[in-house]
Amino acid sequence: MTAPMRPRYELAERLYPYARSPDQDQAEPARHPVVVVGAGPVGLATALDLALRGQRVVVLDDHEGVGQGSRAICFSKRSLEIAHRLGCGEAMHAKGVVWQRGRVFRDRDEIYAFDLQPEGGHRFPPFVNLQQPYVERFLVERIAAVRAEGAEVEIRGANRVDDLAQAADGVTLDITTPDGPYRLRADYVVACDGARSPIRERMGLTFEGRVFEDNFLIADVRMTADFPTERWFWFEPWFKSGASALLHKQPDDIWRIDFQLGWDIDREAELRPAAVRARVDAMLGPDVDYALDWTSIYTFQCRRMARFRHGRVLFAGDSAHQVSPFGARGANSGLQDAENLAWKLDLVLRGVAGETLLDSYDTERGAAADENILNSTRSTDFLTPKSEASRLFRDAVLDLAEGHAFARPLVNSGRLSVPAVYDDAPLVGPDALPGGPAASRPGAPCPDAPLGQGFLLDRLGGGFALLALNCTPPSVDGPEGVPFERIGLTCERDDPLARRYLGDAARAVYLLRPDQHVAARWGDPTPAGIGRALRHALGTTA
Amino acid sequence: MTLTTAPNLPDPDGVYAALIDAHEGLTKAESDALNARLILVLANHIGDLDVLRAALEVARGDGTP
Ligand SMILES: Cc1cc2nc3c(=O)[nH]c(=O)nc-3n(C[C@H](O)[C@H](O)[C@H](O)COP(=O)(O)OP(=O)(O)OC[C@H]3O[C@@H](n4cnc5c(N)ncnc54)[C@H](O)[C@@H]3O)c2cc1C
Repeated sequence: MTAPMRPRYELAERLYPYARSPDQDQAEPARHPVVVVGAGPVGLATALDLALRGQRVVVLDDHEGVGQGSRAICFSKRSLEIAHRLGCGEAMHAKGVVWQRGRVFRDRDEIYAFDLQPEGGHRFPPFVNLQQPYVERFLVERIAAVRAEGAEVEIRGANRVDDLAQAADGVTLDITTPDGPYRLRADYVVACDGARSPIRERMGLTFEGRVFEDNFLIADVRMTADFPTERWFWFEPWFKSGASALLHKQPDDIWRIDFQLGWDIDREAELRPAAVRARVDAMLGPDVDYALDWTSIYTFQCRRMARFRHGRVLFAGDSAHQVSPFGARGANSGLQDAENLAWKLDLVLRGVAGETLLDSYDTERGAAADENILNSTRSTDFLTPKSEASRLFRDAVLDLAEGHAFARPLVNSGRLSVPAVYDDAPLVGPDALPGGPAASRPGAPCPDAPLGQGFLLDRLGGGFALLALNCTPPSVDGPEGVPFERIGLTCERDDPLARRYLGDAARAVYLLRPDQHVAARWGDPTPAGIGRALRHALGTTA
Repeated sequence: MTLTTAPNLPDPDGVYAALIDAHEGLTKAESDALNARLILVLANHIGDLDVLRAALEVARGDGTP
């Protein structure tokens, strides 16, 4: 029996109101190459990426727009680069608050400061703070724009997926709408339906990991304060509003405040405005005027699915893995899932790659999830020590950090998201560039670099690229049907381009994947070697 | 680098006394905290996770917790 359509959360913005689709009037379920379930940041980015590659995509969401609350607020350079390739990076950059300094306090004392000094020659800063609803809105607007230009992508609001059945040749989805139920057939389903993933549940798949026994209160407050645009974190703050506290600036004069409340709390009582205000007042002092914009209490979990691919159903974002927010690894890693999956699914749908390529999505993003979970678990263990010994060492680190530089790197208030490097991944090819920089080794995301008036990443067209530096690009062609281009560039010794791609080498040839990760690199490639690496990167080893 | 387990202290009695003296007059909690800080200082001095792991193994004895 299907439940009636009832929103699970309040909307901030109705971005994709329900509209009856002709598919709902078909006697037989209409067939689509890809159905994406969930219009959160990950589902939207996946759909947009596939649409830009020429695929026909339907996105189903059980709501009609963006939910309330800022939720994810820190977006990394890599996320901005991905968004830029999709056509909305500039919007995010323009609206976001750029920050780079962080301070860590204990009680009243600053014990540690860091500076994510941008190393010039990148289009985007290390991080911007931007409320997740903006990111979703920019993605929806971009989807509308590419649709207006002819791309076949649509978002169907108030379309709730209640069940699915998988056969050898496709997946059938049972959908409920305000007009009643209907069915769709899909070659592939991308499940981006969030941490509670109904699809995962319907398929009876496990989501294992750890729940951390602690509660965090988020209070977004609106105020015109002249605190600097920095990330301020307190251990055992003097104002006693929590075991730890965080202050971080967002656009629109909103500040994210986070308090660590402990495990045994009365959730409802803590969420009362008077209770929240008492904590915020203690932190900001009596003279600061502010309004509560959004409040929420959450607990931490670090868990993942054992496998992200189940036949024709692929899981991405929070449905596949969940981490604590310290480190900004939720939304950022989800966007990397989207970009890893989109080109692979596109090539499989085109019939030029097969199962092996889809399986590599699971291997690569599974390893990334493990890394995120490891980092997130370590941060959480530092913030919420689980044993007496753990607390003893934590406090010892904090005791030492103020006076001794050596202890500061041990202070862990969240290790900020960096993009995954697919080291040792099965489809990553040879590193045959002696003296080549580690940052651009096979598996790594391409570091950006200035190029005349623009940037290197802009030159990559979204397919495979053979990038030749200080030499002629070998005349190799990609396999039939695989987008492939050759790019030749020259650079001087001290150019950022040379520092990031040549290191000690005089020249280099890079094979780059459609997701801007390095597939292989050489000092002296042979056409046959390049061809092999390309087939290997496509999972069609022969 | 490998962990030195052969005798390496020119003045073992002096080292031992220095450790005990440092805890003179401390409560149990203060002593525990001092030990934790000391371990961190020494771990940084060693600067090698493999050596530290080998040391932890020696300290844990035959595997009984
Ligand atoms: C209170 C809160 C605070 C957070 N704070 C941070 C933070 O500070 N930093 C950080 O990095 N991350 C944070 N996160 C996590 C971050 O929001 C997620 O990592 C991110 O939203 C994941 O995106 P997603 O697209 O995978 O899933 P979601 O954004 O959860 O999107 C899932 C979508 O699927 C839809 N859906 C669900 N079921 C169905 C169905 N049956 N049929 C159709 N559609 C369905 C939902 O309506 C939703 O639109 C926070 C999350 C919450 C809830």
